[in-house]
Amino acid sequence: MRYELVIIGGGPAGLSAAYAAWGAGCRSICIVERDHALGGILGQCIHNGFGLHYFKEELTGPEYAERFIELVGQTGVAIKLDAMVLEITPDKRVHLVSSAGGYEVLEAGAIVLAMGCRERTRGAIGIPGTRPAGVFTAGTAQRYLNIEGYMVGKRVIILGSGDIGLIMARRMTLEGARVLACVEVMPYSGGLTRNIVQCLHDFDIPLYLSHTITNIEGRDRVQGVTVAKVDADRRPIPGTEMHFDCDTVLLSVGLIPENELSRGAGIRMDPRTNGPIVYQDMQTSLGGVFACGNVLHVHDLVDFVTAEAARAGQAAAAYVKGGRAPSGRTLAIENGALVGYTVPQRIDMDAAFDAVDVFFRVRAVCGASRIVVRDAAGAMIASFGRAHLAPGEMETIKLPRVSLDKAQGALTVSIEEETK
Amino acid sequence: MFDVAIIGCGVIGASLAYTLSQYRLRVLVLEKENDVAMGTTKANSAIVHAGYDPAHGTLMAQLNVRGSEMMEALCQRLSVKYARIGSFVLAFDEAQRAQLERMLENGRRNGVPGLELLDSETAHRMEPDLADEVCAALYAPSAAVIDPWGLCIAEAEVAVRNGVTLALRTAVTGLTDAGDHVRLHTTAGDYDSRLVVNCAGGWGHEICAMTGQDEWQAYPSRGEYYLLDKSSGDLVSHVIFQCPTAAGKGILVAPTVHGNLIVGPNAVDVDDPLCRETTQAGLEQVAAIGRKSVPGIDLRQSIRNFAGVRANTSEDDFIIRPAAALPRLLHVAGIKSPGLSAAPAIAVYATQLLADMGLPLEKKPDWDGTRTQICFKELSEAEKTALVARDPRYGRVICRCETITEGEIVAAIHSPIPPCSVDGIKRRAGAGMGRCQGGFCGPRVLDILARERGVSPLTIGQDGDGTYILAGRTKEGAQA
Repeated sequence: MRYELVIIGGGPAGLSAAYAAWGAGCRSICIVERDHALGGILGQCIHNGFGLHYFKEELTGPEYAERFIELVGQTGVAIKLDAMVLEITPDKRVHLVSSAGGYEVLEAGAIVLAMGCRERTRGAIGIPGTRPAGVFTAGTAQRYLNIEGYMVGKRVIILGSGDIGLIMARRMTLEGARVLACVEVMPYSGGLTRNIVQCLHDFDIPLYLSHTITNIEGRDRVQGVTVAKVDADRRPIPGTEMHFDCDTVLLSVGLIPENELSRGAGIRMDPRTNGPIVYQDMQTSLGGVFACGNVLHVHDLVDFVTAEAARAGQAAAAYVKGGRAPSGRTLAIENGALVGYTVPQRIDMDAAFDAVDVFFRVRAVCGASRIVVRDAAGAMIASFGRAHLAPGEMETIKLPRVSLDKAQGALTVSIEEETK
Repeated sequence: MFDVAIIGCGVIGASLAYTLSQYRLRVLVLEKENDVAMGTTKANSAIVHAGYDPAHGTLMAQLNVRGSEMMEALCQRLSVKYARIGSFVLAFDEAQRAQLERMLENGRRNGVPGLELLDSETAHRMEPDLADEVCAALYAPSAAVIDPWGLCIAEAEVAVRNGVTLALRTAVTGLTDAGDHVRLHTTAGDYDSRLVVNCAGGWGHEICAMTGQDEWQAYPSRGEYYLLDKSSGDLVSHVIFQCPTAAGKGILVAPTVHGNLIVGPNAVDVDDPLCRETTQAGLEQVAAIGRKSVPGIDLRQSIRNFAGVRANTSEDDFIIRPAAALPRLLHVAGIKSPGLSAAPAIAVYATQLLADMGLPLEKKPDWDGTRTQICFKELSEAEKTALVARDPRYGRVICRCETITEGEIVAAIHSPIPPCSVDGIKRRAGAGMGRCQGGFCGPRVLDILARERGVSPLTIGQDGDGTYILAGRTKEGAQA
């Protein structure tokens, strides 16, 4: 079977990419989704706050997903559900297995990677102690509550202040559980400010910044945890221990783009994002393969995923119609002071464009600051003012073509805090 | 009345049950947990040692080398993952090089095949990521890596299929000498058996104490581990040891049969075999010593920490002999490292001792000592296609990290020793062993388990009894 465009993943990124590619004239598109329904993780995000940017109204996750499922449903995009992609080859053959179709190989003119991300686990951060039941990633707990209809515990400690953890603090509280504390190892929250306010403050749940769980107790089920303050190197400070009796630990300690398929295809990865290195059209190092959404870098708002995936879908449609892989003059974008990463990491200067949107996250909370873009010679290419920057909130800047044409060598994006 | 009652169904009890199942005997296996392979068998280095380490002349040396010889064919018969990848013991200075020479000599006397002392250049050529400081290595080509709980489960399954009775959730609380048999008192009633075998692992001395005579002291020793993602699984291609010390074989770095990288264990004296917690200090020690061998270990790739407890005792050797105060009880105790390696040979040796104690060994003509297990991801494209056509459940991938299908999970649930927990599925089918550690597939596995067993999801545990996952319905769920 051959499709002009195969999209791996039917979550918000895959749906938006498919819809945009169809809109750009591509008429042979297949979405491969491993779950039994489209929509991805939005299906279990039953809280509201989605769509404020994109639809200018406040939707729940399932409602936001439903809008795109309907839009894609009105097109001729083919959809394979309950279908797991096992391998992508460098010549763009997609190997997959499903109950309905058995083992299949799809030949693709172009591919959009939209596999999303997974949650960091206890094993990834090495919390010492016993290994009882009752330690869940926040997303797994969210699935049990919102999809399966089961509670996962009654007295809860949340480690990490990522958005899913904050949302689950509120959700568990509304379901009658006692959320004793949210513990964050960094001196700032990793989540959106609105979630700190609406999910912790409104329910009097204490947030312990610069703290971590140093021990988990309980042989069969969690019976308690020890929480301690950490120093600047994130090492527990002896003597600061607090003990909590609890039966549940929820982990909201980061998301990891799910790129095993990308790596298998030999696509070049960025160790800063754990996602592929892309050009401004979302094209990876493998020509005709594009990436968008949380598989590329972890987003805080689905609205931004939708917009990014639409760019990837349009670019993939253009590639199918006779597009090209970037091969000529490219500008690298590197992170300077206080910047964790940038997406895209490369600008294809031979492409036609008016401006490039660059997304990034800062590495620390900053007050009034300037985002400064310089070239390799140190010349300022662009500069933008911000009243406040935080790691939990993705930032974006627009670099116009006219400025980029002047750049000599790689660009560096850095934050310069304004002194008061 | 049973002919033999085996106390404990770790890899030693299971190996013995497997071996005895080929004879016309009434065999009972008593296991206190809700599944087999629940003690040290599920938490160890997963190595089949070559046998250069145990002192020549000991039972340990003899059974280690013999077990290592038997293991490959046994694993093939049982569809158990096994890979003979060879091992290195590293020397970092001249004193350690001398220690390697002594181990080489000891190993040759033990009958270990192919031992070779490698110079630094050869060692680094064969294993490029070794530390620069490595000045020599003892190479043992017969060492292997194995799926230890897989071996235990497979042997126990074959035993059960061949008529052995397995009683789970049955802890032995006392033994009474009844003259021509032993009465075993358990948490699930009494059992009578002509002969009894103590394969209780870390609890072996407690069984011994039930005879009224302590024969040894238990010195349980905990070892902590890191398990790294498959992206680190090819960092080394052999099992990498450092020179052994009084505390044990030291911290190894090795690929696992599942494609991960394992680093550990340290050695910490603990109070009892249930002290399986990890500690910050212990994990840091494991990391530091592991990096001394292989500096490139990237702990950001860690997917799990765990700890197991060695069944160390006051005796240096394995304790395999009739009990002093109860002649119908055979101890197979103090089976510390290299117990897994020696397990098949221990079973044969113990069977011979049981024969000496009066057990009649008459072979069953129809005994089938093999087991097959479908591993979807290891099939060819054509085999996958055919399998999904025959049973569509093999086309539904449940564990996406390890590519484990619903078909494999359902097959595990309906296997001869049906698992009742999510981790029971993990140990049989491999779902949840990967980088997301069951975050994605856990709820789905739980759902399939409840469905296939016809029970409420609320009753499904993570592992042993008491490890409940769900605490009740949500408000909405309760109305549904």
